[in-house]
Amino acid sequence: MSQTTVRTWDEFMEGVWRQNPVFVMVLGLCPALAVTVSAVNALSMGLATTFVLTCSCVLVSLLRKLIPKEVRIATYIVIIATFVTVVDYLIQAVSLALYDALGAFIQLIVVNCIILGRAEAHASKNPPFKAMVNALGMSLGFTIGLFALGAVREILGAGKLFGVALFGANFQPWVVMVLPPGGFFVLGMWLLVFAAVARRKQRKLAEVAQNA
Amino acid sequence: MSIEIRSAPHIKGPKSVEQIMRHVVWSLLPICAFYVYQYGLSAMASLVVVTGSCLLAERWFVKTGTQSGDISDYSAVITGLLLALSLPPGFPLWMGAVAGLVAIALGKALFGGIGFNVFNPALVGRAFAQAAFPQAIATYTPSFLPGRFHEMIPSSMALPLMQPADVAAWLKLKQLDALAGATPLAKWKFEGVLAGAEELITSLSGHMAVGPSPALILVCGAYLALRRYMDWRIPAAILGSAALTAWLLFAFDGTRYPNPFFMLFSGGLILGAVYMATDMATSPVTPRGMWVYGALIGILTVVIRYYSGLPEGVMYAILLGNAATPLIEKITQPTPFGKGASSLLGRQKKGASYPLHPGYISREDAGAVTPKKRFLPNKPKKQDREP
Repeated sequence: MSQTTVRTWDEFMEGVWRQNPVFVMVLGLCPALAVTVSAVNALSMGLATTFVLTCSCVLVSLLRKLIPKEVRIATYIVIIATFVTVVDYLIQAVSLALYDALGAFIQLIVVNCIILGRAEAHASKNPPFKAMVNALGMSLGFTIGLFALGAVREILGAGKLFGVALFGANFQPWVVMVLPPGGFFVLGMWLLVFAAVARRKQRKLAEVAQNA
Repeated sequence: MSIEIRSAPHIKGPKSVEQIMRHVVWSLLPICAFYVYQYGLSAMASLVVVTGSCLLAERWFVKTGTQSGDISDYSAVITGLLLALSLPPGFPLWMGAVAGLVAIALGKALFGGIGFNVFNPALVGRAFAQAAFPQAIATYTPSFLPGRFHEMIPSSMALPLMQPADVAAWLKLKQLDALAGATPLAKWKFEGVLAGAEELITSLSGHMAVGPSPALILVCGAYLALRRYMDWRIPAAILGSAALTAWLLFAFDGTRYPNPFFMLFSGGLILGAVYMATDMATSPVTPRGMWVYGALIGILTVVIRYYSGLPEGVMYAILLGNAATPLIEKITQPTPFGKGASSLLGRQKKGASYPLHPGYISREDAGAVTPKKRFLPNKPKKQDREP
């Protein structure tokens, strides 16, 4: 692999693993806790955010030299809101059931701190391609986070995954998992798992460094 | 010569954590035995499985995590036994195991192990079970059923993750109506049927869905209090304030509110007051604080029972009391020895300025330099330093 490919891949993996928005930065928890009752909701929320994040980051990056520093936040919000409106109407047209299930949280993508944070911290300082790769990595990380939450909550809370019953008709649903506390329990559990994996990786790296 | 300045206690007693916990377990054994006598095989299985799950979870967390404590200190046994006693006897065993695991994991390991927990672990487990399996936890069966030592209550043996069998149908086979399975509190709340206090105290009359006998719990609690393994103030405050609140309401409108004896001896109030609220890590250490804490729990219990959708309120009342404990300790700090007279003159503020660490008080008295002063621009004087 050439050096640029490695760098691009690194940039992409930044959001998926090292700075995962849900599990490492713990950002965007409002949708992460509220819409992850089922895997389908979680995935579609992730895809909607992917679209908004990637498009707005590319546009912000393209316009980064035109936007005056004093009004940059307002400009970013206008750009983000434009893409959120697009996604809002799109979901409404494709599936009204999904639109009702996600409720106000589609519109609330506008105020998702991951998107504004990426626009401010990364897209406004980097060329469009780099901004796009970073945004795609971040959105993949966010989607994985939402899916991890949604899958566990759907499996325990309803005995299903993507609406397919896993345990037969006699399954005892854990009511708490589809309620708000369940979201916090599952999120805490995943944070624990991620921290444990990260720590183990760090220890291995240290061992390798010591042996070398 | 160096003099060590340190906070109270200066006199060490022979009691260790392990010893205290062992005595609590011993005092729980008669209660468990009577509970098994009441409900038979299912109660036995429930006690064993829930306690086993708590012990396994404790072992695992102590081994893998950095939390303090060890399985040999008996605290996980107490958590398991209390949790099992507070669940219905026919509670599916796999749900009991989940509740036990959650009790230790969320209630204890998360905070760093024994002594660091904010909430009573057994009640955390029960609250989780209440939120996750609201139907199963409200399904009681009557006590002293014939043949209880030969067969299990069918709901106990539910397969993991599966729904328990229908208890109402099983009761019908035994020529009992489904209502026999309701607890006295639920019967009063939803049907207006009042059980007599004399039946409730002993739990000896059959065909009532009651927990372990309040009289027996009081006797075992009295043993603990006499041996000073438990402070008598907390149960006294809880029962006193609950009785007083219930009596005032009863005097106000005798037709709408039940008599205070029914309030005291039904549900889990006695078990909660004697064994759960007195958990040393989660209740105040100051004597005045204990009275405040107990009064809060007693009043909350009666209020939840009367004015909420739930028939029983002891669990949430104690959890709320646990949450208020640091605050209660802060406002009920005893006046240090020697500070009382000057506070009467109004020269000094009553109470301590560092409420949660009495050690600071005695160090200030000795004229030692507080760490804060070292950060001031002018350096501390030379004689303050140790030669």
